[in-house]
Order: sequence, then C-alpha cells, then structure tokens
Amino acid sequence: MATTTSKAAKSSTATPTLTGIGVGRGSAVGSVVKLAAAAKAPVDEPAAADTAAADALVRSSFQYVATNLRVRAAAAQAATAAVLEATSLMAQDPGLIADVERRIKAGTGPATAVDQAVEGFCKILEASGPYLAERVTDLRDVRDRIVAHVLGVPEPGLPELRKPTIVVATDLAPADTASLDLEHVVGIVTELGGPTSHTAIIAAQLDLPCLVRVDGAMTLAEDATIAIDAAHGTVVVDPDDTLREAILSRAKARAALKTATGGAGRTKGGQSVQLLANIGAVEDAERAAKEDVEGVGLFRTEVLFLDAATAPTVADQVTAYTKVFKAFGDRKVVVRTLDAGADKPLAFAPSEEEENPALGVRGLRMDRRFPQLLDDQLEAIAQAAKATTAKVWVMAPMVSTVHEARAFVQRVRSHGLPVAGMMVEVPAAALRARHMMDIVDFASIGTNDLTQYAMATDRMAGELAELLDPWQPAVLDLIAAAGAAGKAVGKPVGVCGEAARDPLLALVLVGLGITSLSMAPAGVPAVRFALSRTDIETCEAMAAAARNAEDAAAGRAAVEKLVDPEVLLAL
Amino acid sequence: MPSRNVKVASRVGLHARPASLFVQAVTATGLPVTIAKTGGDPVDARSILMVMGLGVASEDEVTLSAEGDGADDALDQLVGLLAIDHDAP
Repeated sequence: MATTTSKAAKSSTATPTLTGIGVGRGSAVGSVVKLAAAAKAPVDEPAAADTAAADALVRSSFQYVATNLRVRAAAAQAATAAVLEATSLMAQDPGLIADVERRIKAGTGPATAVDQAVEGFCKILEASGPYLAERVTDLRDVRDRIVAHVLGVPEPGLPELRKPTIVVATDLAPADTASLDLEHVVGIVTELGGPTSHTAIIAAQLDLPCLVRVDGAMTLAEDATIAIDAAHGTVVVDPDDTLREAILSRAKARAALKTATGGAGRTKGGQSVQLLANIGAVEDAERAAKEDVEGVGLFRTEVLFLDAATAPTVADQVTAYTKVFKAFGDRKVVVRTLDAGADKPLAFAPSEEEENPALGVRGLRMDRRFPQLLDDQLEAIAQAAKATTAKVWVMAPMVSTVHEARAFVQRVRSHGLPVAGMMVEVPAAALRARHMMDIVDFASIGTNDLTQYAMATDRMAGELAELLDPWQPAVLDLIAAAGAAGKAVGKPVGVCGEAARDPLLALVLVGLGITSLSMAPAGVPAVRFALSRTDIETCEAMAAAARNAEDAAAGRAAVEKLVDPEVLLAL
Repeated sequence: MPSRNVKVASRVGLHARPASLFVQAVTATGLPVTIAKTGGDPVDARSILMVMGLGVASEDEVTLSAEGDGADDALDQLVGLLAIDHDAP
C-alpha cells in the first residue's frame, strides 16, 4: 500500500510501504527525484488564435532546444558530442520547421503540429533502414523537449541533483540511465521494467541499488526520504533512525568488501572457482582489465557490429580484438561470436520480420544465412590471438543440437583456434549436455536466456518477473544437468549470466558443478567473499536445498539458512 | 541551374556524422542547395532529416544543385566533402 508515514505515526519498527523486485543486493537511503515524463500534446488542442504568434512560439522553442543541445554537445565527450550535434541539427531543421508551420496554418494546434510533423519524419527515417532507428529515438526526444517548451511545462529528464538521490521513474530509457549523475544518484526505483531489462542491467553494471516492478512508485512524494533494499525488495518512506543506520552500515560493509578480499576465487576449502568479467565494447575491456578479475568470461562481440552499416572488415575486427586481448595480458578471454538476429538487427545482414524473434534466426543460427560473417570473425579472432598473449577461447551463442556444436567446433579449429565451446541457453543444450560435452572443450551457461526459454517467459515481460527468476528450481535442474555433464568429462562449465553476481546463487551454482562465474566486474568482490566463507560441501548442500524447494523464494530462504551468517550480513 | 553528380565515399552512407557535416557545410554556403539520389526527387540539403531520409548508402551517386551567386564554387566544395570518407580509420 502506498501510504506516506506521517511524522507522528513514525514508530520504531518501520513498515515497508512499497514492494518490488530487487536487482542485486544493494541498499541505499536518499531523496526522491522523479524523472519527469514527457508532456504530450493535448488530445483536442485548439487551433492557434494567432498563427503568427504560434509560429513565433514554435520557432523560439526549436531554437531554445537546439541551443541547449549544442551547449551539451560542447561539454560532452567526442562520441556523445557527435550524436548531440546531429540531434541539435534536427532541432533547427528547416524542413521540419516549415512542415510544422504548414500544419499550424491549416488549423492544427501548435504542440500537435510539432508532434505530427515529427512523426512524419520518423516514418521516413524508419523506412530508410534499421540503422536510423536510433536517430528516430533522438528525433522523438527533440519532439518531447520542443512540445514541453511550447506547452510551457518542464522538459523531460532529471533536474540538476544536489544531494543523495533515488531516481524514481515509470521506466528508464537506456539514454536516461546513461546520463545519470553518478555523483548524486544512489539508487533507482521503477514502476515497470523487469530484472533483465536495460535499467536493471545498467544498474548492475554501475553497482547501483535498484528496484523494478514497484507498484505505486510514481505516488512517492517528490523530495521524500526513502530507504530502498534490493535484497528484500522494499521501499520504506521516512525510514526511522534504526533502519536508516542498518541500511547505511550494510552499504558501507558492501563497499568495504571491494577492498577486503582479493585474488583468485576459491571456496573455503581452497577449490578454485574462476571469477571473470562480462564485457562488451573495447572501453569496457580496458576498464574491466584494471579490476581484480581472472579474465573475461563473456566478450559480447556484437557491440562492434550493431552500429555498423556494413560488416566490419577483418582488419577492423583484428584491431578491436587485439585491444581487448592486450588489455588482459596473459589472462583468459572467452569470446562469444556474433549474437544478433531479429531483435538486434544488423544493417548489413537483414533479417525477415519474425513473429517471435527470441525463437527465430539469432545467434549461431544466423550462420545459415551469412556464413561469411562467422568465418571473417574467427579469422580476425585468430589473428588477434596470435598477436597477443591472452588465452583466447571462442564460443557460439544459441547452440541447440549436437550437430550445431560439432560444426562450430570444426569451424573454430579450421581457423587455428585451439579452444572451442558453446553457450548453454537453449534448454535442449542443457538436457543433452552429456552428448554436447564430448564435442566441445567447454560450456558457458547464459542464465538470462536459459531462464526465459525454460520458463517460457519473455525477458521483457516485466509483469511475469517472478517466472524469470534464475532461482526457479526448473532452471537450477537444467544448470545441474550441464554442470554434471562437465564434471563427468572433466571439462569446465561456467555461468555468464546475471545469476553469477548474486552471491548466494553463486554458491548454489558452484554446488551444481559450475567452475567459473562471469559477471559485471562490480559484482566480483561480494561473490569472492561469499565463496571464501563457504566450503564445497556446503555449496552442494545449498544446491540440493534450492533444487528441492517448491519455488524460487523458498529456495533462496533455504539457502539463507545454510550460509555463514557473516556472508548474509555483508550482502 | 548548376548541378554536380558525386559518389558518396562515406562508408556508413549519408547518416549521422557525415550527414551532419554535410548539412552544416550546406547551411554555411547560404544558398538553397538541393540533393537527390540520381534519378530521384531533390530535397532541401539544409534539412538533416530530409538528407538522412534519402537513405543514401556508401558509393551511391547523388546530384547536388544550387542557384545564386557562387553556386558553382559552393557545389565544388560540397562535392569535395562528399568524396571523402570521414570515418576512414
């Protein structure tokens, strides 16, 4: 229930006022700042009484927004600056302004005229290819700003922040999350979204405590003090001193963990569990390489491809991969070959419209249509590996059959790369792991996709978030099958999904036979600490308890009972 | 009316940064320049939205036209701009 506790009613035992799904285990106290939603043109906006005045208003709004964007561009880094510069040109586009004025003259209300003119251009841009999709987003952002100005309401986005802030929003667009002021933002609360939505992934990457699917989040009062706890999924308005201190000291303990333990991942008994980083862009690699990690468990190469209008040349790819491998010295780097498809379209490898892209031609399946892409990529990886000292392993996404696994391994070897593996995301691959592991050198479980497929729940279906929980016993059964298959033949089976960064679940995974855990680098210290306090027998007992549980929540509760209390305290 | 044909060298076609450089250069000439895919309808080259909306890919040929004082010089300069790949490594 969304009740704001009044000062008088404040008792020593604060009750959670809102609940949602926590991302990670963080907690924070801060002031609510709501992300202003974009103002919409009124449905029945009247025609301008004075078209000349309306034209002037629209022109000044365009100019104001364009100037603002140019100012932001001047202050931004090169890559962002180029985008903002192009966006500011859109906000002074003579074709667009002329179109708006035509509509105003024809009797359309000014804000509606802006909206309609922009939508007209969006259609043109959309028609000219998938690579302009981001520009469509930029153009709509310009529209929202101009419409706000025409209507005399605040522009969408966050105001300037001055104190510890918890950002509250209906949902966050990737652009919103990218522009968060990390000096002041201490947490995120959204009404929509899901545990694997963009917001959640970026919050995890930034190690920001985050709650999604919080019913009534937008009813929180602006500037109210709230305490959020991702571990328990609670939002408390006006926390009392006890709760405030508990949360702050937990946040401090988590921060201390980062420096408390270091080095290779080991269980209490000394069994090695590699702790690795997930990376995408080259800059990620350079950042992650400075962290205390044993290498890379997942290098998402599609980042290199997604923005390109033409297939990156072998030479371009060699340059990028060499940078990444070099950054990691002689550590291990697991490269995942291109994982694109209908939901992540490539301009140079057009895919047909699919009703159900998650089940369509994606990942390794793209190879059926564009075999040259994989050969070029393997060639580039091989050249970069030769030029550097990193231990380079290569794996394919979305492998479903023994035949696919065998064909991929042969392709990798034919390029002179020694270690070839597969992702386990499709339940079929987990169920047939015993046969697959005879062929591949290693496997890595992508828990986000494996959960979506095992539970038949779209990763974007926030409403069904509890089904997307990797603690679901059915998902753990599949992981257990893969782990046991790896053990039987003595080959490594890792996990490179978000599940690996949940310290309790990480212990369960190790108990299921998982030999490496790859995650956003910010998650590594807590997992390392949890491992160092738990022996392998306890991990196995935890795995059994979680698989025997009736549901995800019961599994977690059972594992909490088995864990060293100090670990629980630090989580 | 003076006009020029040129092959677009940019490897990403006339999108994003190349389009924005081109539109800025056109605007700086102060002339009403138009651009068309060869054989297609001309659009206002001062409008980044219309230019991007043409969907010009790398190596596509475009026709630039302009009228007024210095149109020939302006067109030569713009052709020079389009004939360079600004994203070359």
